[in-house]
Amino acid sequence: MEEYSEKVMEHFMHPRNVGEIREPSGRGKVGNPICGDIMELFIKVNDKEIITDAKFKTFGCGAAIASSSILTEMIKGKSVEEVKKLSNDAVLKALGGLPKIKIHCSLLAEEALKKALEDYYNKRT
Amino acid sequence: MRKVYLDANATTITHPEVIREMLPFFDRIYGNASSVHRFGREARKHLERARVKVAALVHADSPEEIVFTSEGTESDNFAIKGVAAAEKDKGKHIITSSVEHHAVLNTCKYLEKKGFEVTYLDVDGYGVVDLDQLRDAIREDTILISIMAANNETGTIMPIEEIGAVAAGKGVVFHTDAVQLAGKIPFDVNNAGAQLVSLSGHKINGPKGVGALYIRKGTKIEKCQHGGHHEMNYRAGTENVPAIVGFGKASEIALERGVGNYDKVRLLRDKLYDRIKAEISHVRLNGHPEKRLPNTLNVSFEYLEGESVILSLDLEGIAVSTGSACTSGNLEPSHVLKSMGVEPLFAQGSVRFSLDVFNTEQDIEYVMGKLPPIIERLRKMSPVYPVD
Repeated sequence: MEEYSEKVMEHFMHPRNVGEIREPSGRGKVGNPICGDIMELFIKVNDKEIITDAKFKTFGCGAAIASSSILTEMIKGKSVEEVKKLSNDAVLKALGGLPKIKIHCSLLAEEALKKALEDYYNKRT
Repeated sequence: MRKVYLDANATTITHPEVIREMLPFFDRIYGNASSVHRFGREARKHLERARVKVAALVHADSPEEIVFTSEGTESDNFAIKGVAAAEKDKGKHIITSSVEHHAVLNTCKYLEKKGFEVTYLDVDGYGVVDLDQLRDAIREDTILISIMAANNETGTIMPIEEIGAVAAGKGVVFHTDAVQLAGKIPFDVNNAGAQLVSLSGHKINGPKGVGALYIRKGTKIEKCQHGGHHEMNYRAGTENVPAIVGFGKASEIALERGVGNYDKVRLLRDKLYDRIKAEISHVRLNGHPEKRLPNTLNVSFEYLEGESVILSLDLEGIAVSTGSACTSGNLEPSHVLKSMGVEPLFAQGSVRFSLDVFNTEQDIEYVMGKLPPIIERLRKMSPVYPVD
């Protein structure tokens, strides 16, 4: 198999922000066990629409765990407006790339974020 | 860092005696075994000696029933396509199982595109085919039954002798892929009742790039590789003498060490499983509890995904493999586990430990020092793990 980048391995071995947020502002769960990955993202948003906290739980391969971990780093402290446009390309870039067959893992991170934001908007209205 | 290799079903370390045996064939006895001069005759002599050794390993009646190939995969291709070509006027129906190696499955799928019909037999929860289903599947136009001797992922051993008897009763050619079995436990082509048997060098501490197809005398098979008159005119191409000599030596060693040494492997394997069961919760065995290769242990760790276990163990110097979708290349979990009815979540968490005669008690100790905390760490990250 192609090698994972150092960044991927570092995030896989020392993932940031693992866990759950009680009463999150938004929550997004994506994936299924048949394709191999399940990712759950929790976000806490303050009244200035800034993401003050992000946590994740992931069932999946090294790439899936690293993608979730780096995603939480990328969105923490940012405004909801800012991260709305965050795509899997940004996740990929931050990770220093992924093996071709693992690109879908970064897509899963994008989807988890979208779902968490959707949940946030739904809860707000 | 200590290195512990527990992926023997993928490939094995080449036995030092095998390497020693092979070396002269690169720079001293380098002749083409088909050549008339002394360089060629010398190479030929050793080629034929290796054939005798491989024949002995599987108890073939004659060394001439052993045809050297490049790999187990080529042997499977040769057996299946070769019989299909030779018997196509008699019929176009082939029977195999759903848990075969891709070398067999994808060859059968290729033949389906070429107008052959293939029945893929189901397996039970242990990965064993049902003999009644096999009997029912045989038709007038069935030309070949191809069922593996032992499964590479789970180690489950098929009832080969019974399958051979069923095939013989119906006059159908029987091929078995014994790549994982021959050399680990006793195997006899006559007891198996097989006309064709695939073998491989590198699974039994021989070199890579060499395999063999046992072809019982009188079996109708067409060659797949055309060219010169090598290998009793069954397979064209200059023989890979160094590798063949190595395969011969590996077969000789496997036959000499016999069952005894693999009993040692079995004890280590069972010790590993006992400790995993005792020290890690939510573990399930994949494969038959008894009718299984002595070196293979496939377990599912619930609530986590196999590749993450492999990566973590790899960082500790431990090599194992998984049936998880994440490593399959096609993003689907193992077809073997799926056929056995293993749920996707369990299949994703499957890890295969396959041992070798070179593994030690210390290897198992080392693995069990590393594995439980790795499983714990990954489960704590998993959204499906019921905690908190």
